[in-house]
Amino acid sequence: MLLMAFRIALRALARNKLRSFLTMLGIIIGVGAVITMVAIGEGAKALVRQQIASLGTNLLVILPGTMTLGGARTGSGGRQSLSDSDARAIMNEIPVVTGASPVLRQTQQVIGGEQNWQTSVQGVAPEYQQIRDWKIDNGRFLSQADVESTVKVALIGQTVAYNLFGDEDPIDNVIRIKKIPFRIVGVLGAKGQSGMGNDQDDVVMVPYTTMMKLVMGVTYIQQIIVAARSADLTDGAKNQITLLLRERHKLRPDMDDDFMIRNLSDIAEAASNSATVMAVLLGSIASVSLLVGGIGIMNIMLVSVTERTREIGIRMAVGARSRDILLQFIVEALVMAAIGGALGIVIGIASSDIINRWMEWPVLVRPDIVAIAFAVSGGVGVFFGFYPAQKAAHLDPIDALRYE
Amino acid sequence: MENSGAAQFPKHDEPSREPTAQVIRIRDLRKVYKMGDIEVEALRGINVDIERAEFVAVMGASGSGKSTFMNILGCLDRPTAGAYFLEGEDVSTLSPDEWAHIRNQKIGFVFQGFNLLSRTSAVENVELPMMYNGMQSRERRARARDVLTLVGLEGRQHHMPNQLSGGQQQRVAVARALVNRPALILADEPTGNLDSKTSGEIMELFQNLNAREGITIVLVTHEADIADYAKRRIVFRDGLVVSDERKG
Repeated sequence: MLLMAFRIALRALARNKLRSFLTMLGIIIGVGAVITMVAIGEGAKALVRQQIASLGTNLLVILPGTMTLGGARTGSGGRQSLSDSDARAIMNEIPVVTGASPVLRQTQQVIGGEQNWQTSVQGVAPEYQQIRDWKIDNGRFLSQADVESTVKVALIGQTVAYNLFGDEDPIDNVIRIKKIPFRIVGVLGAKGQSGMGNDQDDVVMVPYTTMMKLVMGVTYIQQIIVAARSADLTDGAKNQITLLLRERHKLRPDMDDDFMIRNLSDIAEAASNSATVMAVLLGSIASVSLLVGGIGIMNIMLVSVTERTREIGIRMAVGARSRDILLQFIVEALVMAAIGGALGIVIGIASSDIINRWMEWPVLVRPDIVAIAFAVSGGVGVFFGFYPAQKAAHLDPIDALRYE
Repeated sequence: MENSGAAQFPKHDEPSREPTAQVIRIRDLRKVYKMGDIEVEALRGINVDIERAEFVAVMGASGSGKSTFMNILGCLDRPTAGAYFLEGEDVSTLSPDEWAHIRNQKIGFVFQGFNLLSRTSAVENVELPMMYNGMQSRERRARARDVLTLVGLEGRQHHMPNQLSGGQQQRVAVARALVNRPALILADEPTGNLDSKTSGEIMELFQNLNAREGITIVLVTHEADIADYAKRRIVFRDGLVVSDERKG
């Protein structure tokens, strides 16, 4: 019975190929759009996750707290409450911490060779290499001796190396930061864009002691970056660091922390949540077109029922029950939606691929979304086909046979 | 296929049907239409019996009630009062789905406008009634071919209705009416759209089916010369049977 209804439906659709195709177009575009949009959203989400993972989800960043100066509150990091000895204490006293490094950043005009270049100069400890998993392209990283003796040595990132020295080997060349000569001891490996979109290779690294005393002339540090042994140990590490720093900073129990600890896995979660919101948003906008496609099916089915009133009358006269007629038209709508859905899947996957290749956006076609989109298109067909089908099934055979 | 090319009615898997002599038995049939506040009595107490293998012409002016009578006879409309027995079964009280089954199994319709499905081949049109009784497609096709041969359309099975003449289209419709071996063929002005020569051919086809195959036929017409092909003539006027006479 059902098989026959499918055969009748296919024949009816084949009789009006152009119209059937145009009706399907709504579903094709709807399903294609849902798949493409969700693929773009999911691609963005996967990229954000991957970038944050490359940043290290086992990392904690300690920033100085805020303070109020004459009623004006500084932003975070406004205090000068962190010292390099805090970093050493964290490193030495908390067992789950595998590395801690002070970080100081300042944008400076760097002169080297016959060029100059504005870049981010960072003062860090030797541990920084392991914490951030920096590769060395050439030369060496900073050593403990460099830090202890406030040596004027520097590592440069790929972008800086290219802009100052071009293809020349920068090792043992001299760059000047605030007129102070630094000897280049190494070139950092390429790291590419960060999750926030800035060029991580546009950097110069110097010993933090040198940065504090010679470049910035300060006695505090801007932040401490800490690596825990694994991502799930970061919460424990955070608590222990809090206790340790409160003790070191001699804070009474009624006083607020004068520092903040940020967990990168929290940031990762927030960023991937916002990517999820984007994916849902894109998907729901695309779903609207699927809905419009369904309305298109209903429209054409209503026209079709009117046009085929006589056919319905003939079928009833030769023994079709009203449920046979109902089934016939629902199946017709379903077949139309399902073919549209299948074509939409092809279009969706193809256009995701094109966007990936030509625009170089990350896309991720999820099989479950494809299956859901297909099922929904079938559901749309049945839902929007039901009313016209019922209209057909409730026709009076006498009137239907006389219909001109 | 013996004698003179006139094919025999297909005999394979004939269902054992009770040979009730009486096909139609109608008692005090009434039909009242309500048009707003006005009640129109289309049928005002009809009594008709039709035996197996009769060939009846129903005549009457428009508004005489003959169309209403035919609709009730075809299980398309419900009488307001009275009883209608088709092969001994009271069908006036059945549900619409049961009616659909009766129409499928016991009644074959032939219409004035042929009422074939367009862009559907002759053989597929003939198969249509069998689609609604769950018959296997191979048997459907075989029976449709046999019946098309019976009405003289051998070799035209795969023609579309628009490739056939009016007379040929009506033959397809007759084949479709015959294919489930109904107790009764209802023909509503079957020659109304045909020229007189073709009309004669179609009426001869009905005569042959009636005479050779013993098929019961009820024919509605307003043309006396068409009614002459039948063996019995019932005349309606103002919702009543005013004349019912057998030929010869």
